[in-house]
Amino acid sequence: MSDKNIKKTVSKLLVVVVGMFAFGYALVPLYEAYCDLTGRGSDSATSAAAVAAGDVDENRLVTVALDTNTRDIPWTFKAGQHKIKVRPGELSEAVFIVQNQANRPVTGRAIPSVSPTQAGVYLSKTECFCFVEQVLAPGERREMQVRFVVDADLPERFSSLTLSYTFFSVDSPVEVAARRKILEPEATNS
Amino acid sequence: MSDAVTHEHHHDAHDHKPTGMGRWLFSTNHKDIGTMYLVFALIMFFVGGAMALVVRAELFQPGLQYVDPQFFNSMTTMHALIMIFGVVMPAGVGLANWMVPMMIGAPDMALPRMNNMSFWILPFAFAMLLGTFFMEGGAPAGGWTMYPPLITQLGDGFPFLIFTVHFLGISSIMGAINIIATVFNMRAPGMGFMQLPLFVWTWIITAFLLIASMPVLAGAVTMLLTDKYFGTSFFIAAGGGDPVMFQHIFWFFGHPEVYILILPAFGIVSQIIPTFARKPLFGYVSMVYATAAIAFLSFFVWAHHMFTVGMPLAGELFFMYATMSIAVPTGVKIFNWIATMWRGAMTFETPMLFALAFVFLFSIGGFSGLMLGITPADFQYHDTYFVVAHFHYVLVTGAIFALMAGAYFWLPKWTGHMYDEKLGKIHFWISVISVNVLFFPQHFVGLAGMPRRIPDYSVQFTEWNMISSVGGFVFGLSQLLFLWVVIKCVRGGREATEEVWEGARGLEWTLPSPPPFHTFTTPPQVDEAVAHS
Repeated sequence: MSDKNIKKTVSKLLVVVVGMFAFGYALVPLYEAYCDLTGRGSDSATSAAAVAAGDVDENRLVTVALDTNTRDIPWTFKAGQHKIKVRPGELSEAVFIVQNQANRPVTGRAIPSVSPTQAGVYLSKTECFCFVEQVLAPGERREMQVRFVVDADLPERFSSLTLSYTFFSVDSPVEVAARRKILEPEATNS
Repeated sequence: MSDAVTHEHHHDAHDHKPTGMGRWLFSTNHKDIGTMYLVFALIMFFVGGAMALVVRAELFQPGLQYVDPQFFNSMTTMHALIMIFGVVMPAGVGLANWMVPMMIGAPDMALPRMNNMSFWILPFAFAMLLGTFFMEGGAPAGGWTMYPPLITQLGDGFPFLIFTVHFLGISSIMGAINIIATVFNMRAPGMGFMQLPLFVWTWIITAFLLIASMPVLAGAVTMLLTDKYFGTSFFIAAGGGDPVMFQHIFWFFGHPEVYILILPAFGIVSQIIPTFARKPLFGYVSMVYATAAIAFLSFFVWAHHMFTVGMPLAGELFFMYATMSIAVPTGVKIFNWIATMWRGAMTFETPMLFALAFVFLFSIGGFSGLMLGITPADFQYHDTYFVVAHFHYVLVTGAIFALMAGAYFWLPKWTGHMYDEKLGKIHFWISVISVNVLFFPQHFVGLAGMPRRIPDYSVQFTEWNMISSVGGFVFGLSQLLFLWVVIKCVRGGREATEEVWEGARGLEWTLPSPPPFHTFTTPPQVDEAVAHS
């Protein structure tokens, strides 16, 4: 029988296997390139390194409106300024002030959003309090910074952006109930 | 099991087989390995089926009755993983192991030792997967598609899930390489590619799909693993990754995977219908090209599983039209099967009944698939029971029915005994009625908005769910009848002739039933009369 031919077939097929495994990983940069091309993908996908490399556009000023909201949480949440003017490509900073009005410690988490949505990819945050749980003692007041860059490639049609944050209570009754149900179905006595 | 093979036959001198456990553990014989694959698939069929019955019991009424939601989610997830990787794929490989060498006139598979390894990986892989039930955090419950970030929240079972997928991938890639190496190098003289039986053709194409898509899945789950334990951020937004990218990579594997499950079924049905219609297969060449076209197109339609995830309009349109185009080669196949039966001298033994049910019910699943492929319609159907009804029509009444048909068709050849035709027909009729009672109502609740993968539901869906659950239990329990038919056939029954079926054509039917342990040690000369057409 043709053992040599079998070996030949097998080694060719093994090359395909290894190649397709590599192709799986090659899909990662391909996907990112596709997202850059079409302007899709989340704003957090832009890496800090890419932000730092941007050139500052001295001829343009973009207004960034700062919007604050709270939901089911006894905190006041304000921005230091309502609007700031920034140059595309330049590292900017915004300040937010949050205060716990309750007489107990409360844990909250902020969820950011940028509008218009199409402009989201052009606003990159290099430092942000969002997604991290914030614990505030009774009556505690805290100032929080966000550092961000508006990409110099921001299309001309966007002259202003809105950066909005909403603070949610991590201990909200809905969430607590949901977590108890999922994580500890038997734990009614705790 | 062993009495199937201890029958005295007057074979040539080197037809001795090893005895005891060693025969199975160290087997390099394609027939024994095929048997092990098929037995393994049958066992897993009942394991996965029991999980489906837990799901149907819980969904008999709204509200939470028997299991908590976490366990319910484990049931749906594990049911899918077991049925796909533990039943349909091993059963297909088992049939290929048994039939491909006999159909092409080869003495065995090209790489017998690798064949042994690719089978014996499976029991260990599934022991690992089922072991997650006893681990902190329970069995996988995030869906068989393993979408992050949910799946990475699985407890200690997570690395076991990932390694199980790796093992299953290695096993099926080895199986695929073996099949291609066998068919490409070991065909009997006179058997060209266009003389291959269609079952062999569908398996070559399936094997290429496996080789091209399983490594991509291996890559995707490896990324999940490194994301969780080694600090990479492929799918973690906070680190610059994107969870949606997982869905793209997963379905780049996932759509070829559905054809990996169904193409061997097409092959089985293409063997059975000509036999019982007593006519050669209509449009052999177009069947081969249609199968290849389906396989080729399957790499360009993956995003129809994720229309609602957010894509440019051009992308939605591209994937919609690409998906629709698969209906053309599939239609060619359906029409060829019907044309094969046209003016044939048909008889309706159990394999033919299952094959006919396949053609009809698979087409229903195909049509609901077309509906799901229409992007705007999919926004309504996405993640509802309509999807569940669709893929169970193509996988249960499609793949599983074809495997059943194949089992009935070839059981006399494998065991040397005819199965009990009366019990086989009872099994068929109970199965075909109950499976429709089980899955057809799921179209209705799906269109009305019932979401999948949730243990509770709104009360307006109660009646159809009750009917569906009744159908589920009847269908599930009636498969015990199949088990009995198989056992009975292995233990005895009317002696089968070489040809078994009156209209059977092909090299495998020139061998005695059961075939000797080693067959075609000197290659047969193939002429047009013996080959398929």
